[in-house]
Amino acid sequence: MRELLSGNEAIARGAYESGVTVATGYPGTPSTEILENVARYKSQIYSEWSPNEKVAFEVAAAASSAGARSMVTMKHVGLNVAADPLMTLSYLGVEGGFVACVADDPGMHSSQNEQDTRQYARFAKIPIFEPADSQEAKEFFGLAMEVSERYKTPAILRSTTRVSHSKSLVELGERRAADRVIGIEKNPPRFVPIPVWGRVMRKKVTDRLVSLAEEAERSAANRIERRDLSLGIITSSIAYQYVREVWPEASVLKLGFSYPFPDRLIREFADGVDEVLVVEELDDFIEEHVRSLSIDCQGRKFVSGIGELSVTRLRGSRAMMEGQKPEALDMSFAEGLPARPPVLCPGCPHRGVFYALGKHDVVVAGDIGCYSLAAFKPLDRMDIILCMGGGVSMAHGFDKAGDRRKVVGVVGDSTFFHSGITGLIDIVYNRGRSTIIVLDNRTTAMTGHQDHPGTGRTIGGEATKAISIQEIGRACGIDRVTTVNPYDLEETEAAIAEELAANEPSLIVSIAPCPLRERRLVGPIRAIDADICKGCKKCLALGCPAIEFDGEVPRINVHLCGGCGLCEEVCPHDAISPKEGK
Amino acid sequence: MSTGKTTSVVFVGVGGQGILLASTVTAKAAMLAGFEVKTNEVHGMAQRGGSVIAHVRYGAEVFSPTVPEGTADALGSLEEIEALRYAHYAAPSGLAVVSATSVVPVTVSSGAATYPKDVADRLRKAFPRLVYFDAGKKAVELGNIRAANIVLLGALSRGLALPTEAWEAAIASSVKEKQRDLNLRAFEIGRNIK
Repeated sequence: MRELLSGNEAIARGAYESGVTVATGYPGTPSTEILENVARYKSQIYSEWSPNEKVAFEVAAAASSAGARSMVTMKHVGLNVAADPLMTLSYLGVEGGFVACVADDPGMHSSQNEQDTRQYARFAKIPIFEPADSQEAKEFFGLAMEVSERYKTPAILRSTTRVSHSKSLVELGERRAADRVIGIEKNPPRFVPIPVWGRVMRKKVTDRLVSLAEEAERSAANRIERRDLSLGIITSSIAYQYVREVWPEASVLKLGFSYPFPDRLIREFADGVDEVLVVEELDDFIEEHVRSLSIDCQGRKFVSGIGELSVTRLRGSRAMMEGQKPEALDMSFAEGLPARPPVLCPGCPHRGVFYALGKHDVVVAGDIGCYSLAAFKPLDRMDIILCMGGGVSMAHGFDKAGDRRKVVGVVGDSTFFHSGITGLIDIVYNRGRSTIIVLDNRTTAMTGHQDHPGTGRTIGGEATKAISIQEIGRACGIDRVTTVNPYDLEETEAAIAEELAANEPSLIVSIAPCPLRERRLVGPIRAIDADICKGCKKCLALGCPAIEFDGEVPRINVHLCGGCGLCEEVCPHDAISPKEGK
Repeated sequence: MSTGKTTSVVFVGVGGQGILLASTVTAKAAMLAGFEVKTNEVHGMAQRGGSVIAHVRYGAEVFSPTVPEGTADALGSLEEIEALRYAHYAAPSGLAVVSATSVVPVTVSSGAATYPKDVADRLRKAFPRLVYFDAGKKAVELGNIRAANIVLLGALSRGLALPTEAWEAAIASSVKEKQRDLNLRAFEIGRNIK
């Protein structure tokens, strides 16, 4: 039977068919739907959203050490958080197969950088697999699991946004469960990397890499497609699809088991063609290696490593290589169009907090989440963003550097559990004074509403203890902990003013559930009475997409309004009120 | 359209307007008609009220899941200026179905940009084969503004050589049971718009 599955759904199916019994992860676009779909196989697979990628990685690593086939999912930057266990799990090796599913985001559709996870495979000396469509996403998961178990190595399955979020037809198969007793063997030299045993492991890692390279030479995931021999293209992942459209006549070496490199296969391919071109997204991972084999090739000169590739971009590369001008498209119709960047949704509870922060001359250290969007005008209330949890610790850094302004650190609820807590401890421990605001919308919103330790529900929807952010704040030693309703501007503004004035650290927890998750209006839809409105534009400072202004007075789009009422609160002329009949 | 060619469709609009349902239905209809299918859609930050595009491609063999610019056989847009923003995706002979709906971006409301006054003119110049009507109004007449995407799809389906039964089966399997009749009617109304 064939089904139309996204790459992420297909990876989940691969996990099921490969007999995975433990699956962990932390949400991150474009990887999120992998674990969401794995979690549907409730009776066969234990799944969990862990507080962060490091924890997720360690939970799955332990499961694998005990013999369970396990997996962990995350986006590319999540692997930075899990890099510590990754590097040493390579030394320990695994018992049950272990596959880390990591999704890269070339083009930064929903990310703060575009790092290339293939580098981590080389860094950790472990194999990596790169599917180019959903069928391969399923099959390569199985292959990664099989190779992992046979060579006792963790493996990475690397996807990209276009692999994860594209759908194509997938042939479904049966589940192949492992038949083994779960329990870690008592064998410290095998599992304890103190130097005396770690040095032995170190040697094994290198030997294993040599055997894996032999495996890659034989693997069906690496294949030569011989067509015209004047040009041979080495490629992997989604770039393969683009290559087939732009150079339909060219020979191709498609790498699916792409590290360690199958050197003999690469040489055989290069020897059989007149010219070699490498087409890959992000880093010059393949090109650099091909050159190191003393094979003359082209790559970056014609194919950019910045942003994602596409058929259109590669058509430009081909034209450039052939000394022609790329075909120009008529873009004139789009000239001067107003930009439409992503924005905080109508009814978003974060809006009230950022509007209130706008009344103070403070430094705002932001974080990764929907609230990153508060960096845009008109809210314009975010001064710096670094990484998950960074909003809390960076506030402290500004404070200690002696920034002339008071500092506020902003973090989301899921992000607080992810890596905000240690920063909060640092502030208290080292006598900081920052004000930290947790924007608690009761969900991991940006990635599509996943549960987290504060929601009281697991990934499988079971009830569990909801961990209180306020209590954690107090336990960390914060004496000033307040809770506000961000839809009540007066209360929010007063709390922020009061905590900023205090000469000690404080925690403000702004609580209101994400209306997008709740799927309901916050309150009645509002309307602007054009007769009363003076056109002062105060409501426009909220940056609400439901308030449209393209003439004399603003109007509220009834199809967009979320009913939060902030506009009614900020209107100085009482021109905004609940729309009649709603 | 011969089976040797890949047919490309793009749906554009503003995040939250429901273009994903339109692309899902199209993909299913092509699948039911016996084609290989690939689609691509937007998740995460790119979705939050921003400008969005969904791709559907089908044929005997499909490589790229995203539509190469300048090749879309059909372009459906639930918002006027988004149709212009992505106009370069359409093939010169492609059919464009654009709903006469405007969603004013925050950049305009905040005064940083202006909404163009010559949208209709530009649309006619951009698309030699243009169907331009208010899909939202038709959907409201049917009883639910949210069916605008399926009304639009109905009009767009005239440019795609897929059998009516495939479309109907695809719609029936993509929406909730109680929304089925409404959406089937929405599709038929769209399909009869010239």
